[in-house]
Amino acid sequence: MLMSKLSLHNRIFKLALVLVAIFTFLGAGDESARFKDLGHRLMCVCGCSQILLECNHVGCTYSDRMRGELMAALDNGNNDDLTLQSFVQKYGTTVLAAPTKAGFNRVAWIMPYVALVLGLAMTILLVRKWKSRALPSMAGGVRPVTGPELDQFREQARRETDL
Amino acid sequence: MSQIGSYALLLALALSAYCFLAGSLALARPGAGSERVGETARRAGIAVFALVFLASVVLVVSAFQDDFSIAYIFHHSNRDLPAPYKFATLWSGQEGSLLFWSLLLAIYGLVLRLRYKTDARLFAYASVIIAAVQVFFLMLLNFAAHPFAVMQGSIPADGNGLNPLLQYPEMVIHPPMLYLGYVGFTIPFAFAMAALIMRYPGERWIHITRRWTMVTWGFLTVGIFLGAHWAYSVLGWGGYWGWDPVENASLMPWLTGTAFLHSVMMQEKRGMLKVWNMWLVFATFWLAILGTFLTRSGIISSVHAFAQSSIGDWFAWFLALSFASFMFFFVKNKSHLRSEHKLESLVSRESSFLFNNLLFVLACFTVLWGTWFPKISEWVQDKKVTVGAPFYNNVAIPVTLLLLLLTAVGPLLAWRKTSLESLKRNFLWPSIGALAVGAAMMIFGVRPWNDISYFYSLMAAMLAALVVLTVVSEFVRGGRVIARHTGQNLLGSMLHLWHRNTRRYGGYIVHFGVAMVVIGILGTPFNKDVEKEMGFGDKMTLGPYTLVCQSYTQDDNPNYSNEWAIINVMRGDKQITTMYPERRFYKASQQAQTIPRIYATVAEDFLLVKDLYIVYEGVNQDTGRPIIKAHLNPLVPWIWLGVIVMVLGTISALIPNAAPVRVSAPARVQPAPVGAGD
Repeated sequence: MLMSKLSLHNRIFKLALVLVAIFTFLGAGDESARFKDLGHRLMCVCGCSQILLECNHVGCTYSDRMRGELMAALDNGNNDDLTLQSFVQKYGTTVLAAPTKAGFNRVAWIMPYVALVLGLAMTILLVRKWKSRALPSMAGGVRPVTGPELDQFREQARRETDL
Repeated sequence: MSQIGSYALLLALALSAYCFLAGSLALARPGAGSERVGETARRAGIAVFALVFLASVVLVVSAFQDDFSIAYIFHHSNRDLPAPYKFATLWSGQEGSLLFWSLLLAIYGLVLRLRYKTDARLFAYASVIIAAVQVFFLMLLNFAAHPFAVMQGSIPADGNGLNPLLQYPEMVIHPPMLYLGYVGFTIPFAFAMAALIMRYPGERWIHITRRWTMVTWGFLTVGIFLGAHWAYSVLGWGGYWGWDPVENASLMPWLTGTAFLHSVMMQEKRGMLKVWNMWLVFATFWLAILGTFLTRSGIISSVHAFAQSSIGDWFAWFLALSFASFMFFFVKNKSHLRSEHKLESLVSRESSFLFNNLLFVLACFTVLWGTWFPKISEWVQDKKVTVGAPFYNNVAIPVTLLLLLLTAVGPLLAWRKTSLESLKRNFLWPSIGALAVGAAMMIFGVRPWNDISYFYSLMAAMLAALVVLTVVSEFVRGGRVIARHTGQNLLGSMLHLWHRNTRRYGGYIVHFGVAMVVIGILGTPFNKDVEKEMGFGDKMTLGPYTLVCQSYTQDDNPNYSNEWAIINVMRGDKQITTMYPERRFYKASQQAQTIPRIYATVAEDFLLVKDLYIVYEGVNQDTGRPIIKAHLNPLVPWIWLGVIVMVLGTISALIPNAAPVRVSAPARVQPAPVGAGD
C-alpha cells in the first residue's frame, strides 16, 4: 500500500517535471526574438530619440542600415554582448537605450532602489513613532476611546447607520 | 495690431506687479485703509485677466489675418492652414504657449478673485501668490519670449506653416488640457502657501481647494492621455508612450498630484501628514514648472521639445526663488503643521495611504532621476548616455504593480484599524476572481517563467481584476443595503449609494478606470508587427488577419498633397474592413508625414479587442515599391476607454453629495458588510 502511494507520488512528480519542461520550452527564444530584443535595447541615432525598431520617421537614413547591421551580426553568430558592443564602438554610448550596468552607470540603476529602501525605512520609522505617540487629550480631560471599546462603538455605528 | 498686444502685455505686467505688491502690503500691515488697498489689488488681478485675454485674442486674430509681420505668426502659420490649426497657433510655439500659460493662470486667478468672499483673507493671500507667479510669466513674455515681436525687413508673402506633426485634431485640445493641469496646480499651491504663511487654523483651506485640485488633476490626466493617443495616432511607431523627457515632464507632477489627492484625505479626516502634504503640493507645482523648464531650455534633448532658448535661465531662477520662498515660510511656520492623531494599526487606511504615497513619490523620483541622469553622466564622467524605455520599465513596472495592489486593498481598509474578519469578508471573492484570471491566462498560453514581461502581464492582469472586483463588490454590497431599506432595484440603489458619497464612489470609479488602463497596457508584450513591400494584390498575414493591397491613390489640397494605400483586411474568407494608411507632404514646411490608420477589432474579439494599426511607410527607393508596416496591438482600446471612465469618475466625484436623510430612530437591521468608509 505504502509502495503504491510512493509510486503514485513519484509519477505525479515526474508528470509535473514534464509539464514544467514543456511550458518552459514552449515559445523559447529564436533569432527573430533575439532581433526584437536587441533592437529594443538600441536607439536609432538619427536624432529622433526613438528605439531602433520603433523609428519609422519619414526619410530616416539610419534605422534601415542599423537594422541590417543588427541582422548581420546575429547571422554571424555574435552573442548579445558582442553585438551591442559593436554598435557602441560604431555609434557611441548613446546608441544603447539604457545605461550599462558597469562603472558610474550602475548608479542610474541603483538609485531608485536606494530611494525605495530609504523611503521604506522612513515610513516604518514614522509608523512606529505615530504608534507610540500619546493620545492627545481633549477639553475637559476627555480621552478618545480606543481598542475593544472603540470597536464596540464602531459596530454600533454600523448597525445604526447601516453604511 | 501687434502693438495692441504688446501694450496689453506691458500693462498686464504692471498690474500684476501692483496686485502682488499692494496685496502683500495690505496683508502685512492690517489696519485702516489696508482693506481698500487690498481691494484695489484684487481688482488689478481681475484686470490682468482682461489684458492677457486681449493679447491672446490679438495673437489669434493675427493668425487668422495671416499677419506675417509678426514673427511668431510667420514661424507657426501659413495662409492655407485650416482654421482650427490657425486657432491652435496660440500654443504651437514657445512664445504663444507662454502667453497661453499666462492666460490660463489669469483665468484661474479671475475665478479665485471673484469667489473671494468664501474666506477673504485666505483668498487675498492666495491671490498675492498667484500674482507673483503671473509676474514671472509676464516678465518672460515682455522681455524674453515676446509673442508680438515683428519681422525685420520686408514682410514675407506666406508663413512657414505649422509643424506637420501638430496638424492633427487632438493637438487642438491636448495642449490646452495639459496646460490647464500644469497651471491649475498653482491654485492648490497658492492656497497651501497662504495657509502656511498665515498659520491658517484647521483644515478648511483643504476643503476649499479640494475641487480645484481634483479639476486640475482631471485636466492633467486628460492632457497626458491625449498626448499618448496623439503619439499613437500620428507618430506611427505603434506605441503610445516612449519615456521621452517631455512625456516624463508631464508625468512627474501627475504622480505627486495623485499622491496629494490621496494623502490630503489623511489631513482632512485625521489631521495627519500636514508637513508631507505641504511638501507634496509644493513639489507638484514645482515639478510642473521644472517640466516646462526641461521642455523649453533645451537642457535635455527630446524629440518634441521646444527649440533651445535663453528662457531656461529665467526658469532656473524662478525655480530657485520659489524653492527658497517656500523653504523660508516652511521653516518659519512648521510648528503649525504638527499632526494631531496617532496611528493605531498597520492594517488601516492610514498606513495604506502612507505606502501609496511612498510608491507615488518613488515613481516620481525614478522618472526625475532617469530624465536627469544623461546630464548627470555628462557632468560626472563626461560621457553621454541614453536613459530610455528599458530603464524605466525595469523600475516603473514593479512600482506600478505594487500601486495597483494598494488600489485594490487600500479603499476597503477601515480608518484606524481593520479586523481580520473584515479583510476576509471584503477580499475573499475578489481574490478568488483574480486567481481565476491568472489561471485562465496561463491556460491560454501566457508563460510567466519564459519572459519577465509575461510575468508582469500576468501580475498586472490579476491585480487589475482584483481592483475591478473589489470596486464592483463594494458597489454591490452597499447597493444591496440601500435596496433592502428603500425597495429600489440594485442599479438604482447603487446610484443612490454613489450620490450619498460622490467623492468616495467617484474615487472608486476612477480606480476602475485605472484598472482598465492597466489592462490595455498589459497587452504590450504580445504585440506583433510585420513589414512588407506590397504591390497590387499582394498579401501580408498578421495574426488571424490577412491584408490585401487593393490600390494606391493620390490627392492634393492647398495645405498638402497625399498618397493613400487601399488595404482590404480579411479574417478567414470574410472581409472585415478597408483601411487607408496615408502619407502627406506639407507644402509650406516641405515636410512629409505618415498618418497611420487604426481599426479596433471590437466586433471580432469583443473584450480581447486588438488594434490593427497600418502605416504606409513610403516607397523603397531601389525597387520603387510601397512599404506597408502593420502592427497588431492587443487590448490597447482598453486604455482610451479606461481614461474616459477615469474622467467620468473624476466628474462624478466633483458632484455635491445628496443631502443627508434624517432618521428619527435607528434602523433595526443586520450589520452591513460594507467596507471602511471614505
